[in-house]
Amino acid sequence: MTGVVAHEYTGETLPAWSLPNDAVDRIALPSTWPERVTREWAWGESTGQGARVCILDSGVEPGHPLVGGLEEAVTISLGEDDEVLVEEDTEGDVSGHGTACAGIVRALAPDCALSSVRVLGSNFTGSGGVLLAGLRYAVEQGYDVINMSLSTTKKPFAAVLHELADSAYFRRTVLVASAHNMPVESYPWRFSSVISVGSHEDESPFTFFYNPNPPVEFFGRGVNVDVAWLEGRTIRVSGNSFATPHLSGICALILAKHPELTPFQVKSVLYLTSSNVGGAR
Amino acid sequence: MSEPRDVRAAVAAGVVGSSESFRELLSAIVTVARSIFGAKASSILLLDEETGELVFEAVVGEGEESLLGVRFPAGRGIAGWVLATRTSLILEDVKTDPRFAGDVAEDTGFVPSGLMAAPLLHEERALGVLEVLDRPERSHFSLQEMDLLGLFANQAAIAVDLLLRARRAERLLEEGGGDLEVVARLAEIVDGLEEGQRTAGMRLLRDLAGTLGASGL
Repeated sequence: MTGVVAHEYTGETLPAWSLPNDAVDRIALPSTWPERVTREWAWGESTGQGARVCILDSGVEPGHPLVGGLEEAVTISLGEDDEVLVEEDTEGDVSGHGTACAGIVRALAPDCALSSVRVLGSNFTGSGGVLLAGLRYAVEQGYDVINMSLSTTKKPFAAVLHELADSAYFRRTVLVASAHNMPVESYPWRFSSVISVGSHEDESPFTFFYNPNPPVEFFGRGVNVDVAWLEGRTIRVSGNSFATPHLSGICALILAKHPELTPFQVKSVLYLTSSNVGGAR
Repeated sequence: MSEPRDVRAAVAAGVVGSSESFRELLSAIVTVARSIFGAKASSILLLDEETGELVFEAVVGEGEESLLGVRFPAGRGIAGWVLATRTSLILEDVKTDPRFAGDVAEDTGFVPSGLMAAPLLHEERALGVLEVLDRPERSHFSLQEMDLLGLFANQAAIAVDLLLRARRAERLLEEGGGDLEVVARLAEIVDGLEEGQRTAGMRLLRDLAGTLGASGL
């Protein structure tokens, strides 16, 4: 099962797609699923320990009491010839938004490893090119979860974003992306390979709903949320940006307990444990 | 020399209205937004791409007198974030955000305590930001308000797009002296003719264009 065709955007090789009889045993699942998937089975006792979560955003303030330490913090920029520059991030957070997202993930999955990939400059001149480069970098790092509380409306970037989202999906990285709450086309949340998140009004961080009417697939807590902000402070915010890291945190809990799960399986577990499906169990 | 689309814009401006009427529309939008949300103020900020600044284009309520036309770098504050990420954001007690209070509020002379902001998106571009400031403290923010804000922003974005087109057209008419006005007037007349007359009028214009050296018409 060796492939030779390098993918244009992701550099992946394409394996053979068939399954001969003698290969069936090799794809046996490492663990059996229970008859009923419950929250207890999905993430009971999990603290996120072992799961690696990336915040693709405006940076994360290091050492914020609600965030704690970071595994890695880099900033992405484009050089004079549009070459991608990945440098250690010494600026922290340029807006507060990334820190808010990181704090939410930390609250839900206290022992997960958090990293920051900053795709916005200190003057917010985050271009679509930097966003793509940042996502590509994050996918290459093999994080378990990438939180993406932002989107782009630029259609020329959509095709590459789509490839990157699929690439994450095939490499077992769960990409959790904020849905737009306005009637506009934006990406990557509309792609089916990501977990897209809108907001509900409930105050419980573990309340989340499956939406049988996509493109938005899940609703997480996104209204009147107290979050970490700049200079060690907290602030009360609302928006899909903050619903997204709630689902990212839950994904981290699930993957810490069941690291073998693929993004498809994680999404299935989310569905089965949604508050409007089996969440009460 | 003007691009064909500039001529079309100039023509359109003569037909659909002046930039002043679109400014009035923006003003009406922020007035309704402020009223619906029971807020102290509401404003529309436009991105000036040439200078990289956000400009207060319509303001109602607190700051109405002082903010109109005020500019600040688009890289700053909550509005800058909303513009760059094309994402709506609702913050309460923004005074605790040091960047917001320190930079923007200092520039504008007005420090709100709560803020809702949505990007003005038209096609693939982010044209500016709609802000609603200081909703009543009694009310917990609700999703209905977030959706409503998005709808207002959508409406405002359409108005802003029209305003920008009208401004561009007006500038062209000014720069082009009477030349473009003649073109605009001709197009308007031909457009308003009955079908048969229109065909004849178009033939006449094609012949004229050919005489002046245009090919492929």
